[in-house]
Amino acid sequence: MSAAGSALFANVDWAEIGRAGVDTLAMLGGSLVLTVAVGLPLGVLLFLTGRGQLLAQPLAHGLLSVLVNVLRSVPFIILLIVMIPVTVVLVGTSLGVPGAIPPLVVGAAPFFARLVESALREVDRGVIEAAQAMGASPRQIVFDALLPEATPGILAAATVTAIALVSYTAMAGVVGAGGLGDLAVRFGYQRFQTDVMVVTVALLLVLVQVLQMIGDRAVAHFSRR
Amino acid sequence: MIELSDIHKTYRAGSGEVAALRGIDLRVAAGEVFGVIGQSGAGKSSLIRMINLLERPTAGRVTVDGVDAASLDAAGLRGLRRRIGMIFQHFNLLSSKTVVENVAFPLQLEGRLSREDIRARALALLDRVDLADQADKYPAQLSGGQKQRVGVARALACEPKILLCDEATSALDPETTRQVLRLLRELNGELGLTIVLITHEMDVIRRVCDRVAVLEAGRVVEQGVVADVFLSPRHATTRRLIEEGGDADDAGAGGPGAGRTVRLTYRGETTYAPLLGRIARETGVDYSILGGRVAHIRDLPYGQLTLALVGGDVDAALAQFAAAGVAVEEIDR
Repeated sequence: MSAAGSALFANVDWAEIGRAGVDTLAMLGGSLVLTVAVGLPLGVLLFLTGRGQLLAQPLAHGLLSVLVNVLRSVPFIILLIVMIPVTVVLVGTSLGVPGAIPPLVVGAAPFFARLVESALREVDRGVIEAAQAMGASPRQIVFDALLPEATPGILAAATVTAIALVSYTAMAGVVGAGGLGDLAVRFGYQRFQTDVMVVTVALLLVLVQVLQMIGDRAVAHFSRR
Repeated sequence: MIELSDIHKTYRAGSGEVAALRGIDLRVAAGEVFGVIGQSGAGKSSLIRMINLLERPTAGRVTVDGVDAASLDAAGLRGLRRRIGMIFQHFNLLSSKTVVENVAFPLQLEGRLSREDIRARALALLDRVDLADQADKYPAQLSGGQKQRVGVARALACEPKILLCDEATSALDPETTRQVLRLLRELNGELGLTIVLITHEMDVIRRVCDRVAVLEAGRVVEQGVVADVFLSPRHATTRRLIEEGGDADDAGAGGPGAGRTVRLTYRGETTYAPLLGRIARETGVDYSILGGRVAHIRDLPYGQLTLALVGGDVDAALAQFAAAGVAVEEIDR
């Protein structure tokens, strides 16, 4: 850092910023993997049980749909607090990065599931019909036709979800999970350290840009249309 | 080979019900090309989906190759569907798979052959439809006609005895349509494939089918050998479909001219016989040609001529035509 740089960012503790960055990435990585692991099957089920679909089950679809809507309508900051007892059971603590991951997943998985459902709806019905006409079982239709065809849409959904998770992690400071967003709130806002605010927000912005770029590349790679 | 007995299909639409099929009886013999023609909404696409039970009849029996399709369990039905190939108006190829992977797809689902055997068979099928050089492209890179040929190769992958064609040429231009129809005819000849096709174009029926059924509002209003139905349609719907195809010989009606107007229909070799001049000379009848065409129904040449006849012995002339095997129909003007 030059002298001018140090003066400009007088309050910025770069080691602190580094730790916060690692925390954000850990929360993001951990929760994204689990969100996809939970949300993808949920989205597939939402799609398959829907009206006129392969395993049309109005009752099951209605129940899943209500569950997803309820979870999606709880503000994340409330979810963080309400989830505390469940989080303790799941990961043994409600604090720090591990304590933030269960609420992040519960907050993001229903969102991702809805996006997956709509990505699957975009798959040409004719392709599913063709697979049926070839004697494909429902399992084969899902794994060999539906998911490969919807891959670009699902990757785009994962990108949107990852970016939503970045903004969720900013609230995870409530349970002491740290991260860049937490730094911005505690130092930048509450202590009026504008320089910390600027640096953390800039880093979050870069993170979002990078995620979007990776996502766009992945979508382009798998698009054959 | 395929037998549909008293098939009914009713859909629920809002609070009411819509009957798509109302008592269909059809038999398709092994090795024949059977066409079902009708306007949109006539029930064609429901009808063809009864055969592989993509849609279940509300009432009636579907028998394929001696098996009552409704009696099959899920696994049995999947087995039956593997023995019935199907091609579609919009091709329905998997956009995420290459051409050769698309053709291999049914074999992969079947899971009987090794990976190498599957690929070899898929490549052989692509070669049969002249697309071996496109094997590693994606469907989006192909033209419509090429996509449909991939569809045909895929439909044949499991060596079916029956091929269902759901408006297979409706999204193609006329030249590509002829190519695909020629391919279907070749496959019918080479493999003894039984083909059921649905279309709204009389031209498709004329080019490939042995027999045809005309569908109107969920009922078969006319069926028979294509040449009979085509050259002497009995039902108004059939006549309308022939007119829409531009194949109607509608000349003569309302035109000027004296004498009697007749329509002569030739079939087979008679089409090329120099009858008209000879009969005119012998009976002293003068004629003017009001309309006509010479074309083929599958491989059968036929001609239709509308003539105004004046002078001489018209009755004798008509008798001579009839004796020569020409169908004579007098038209009132």
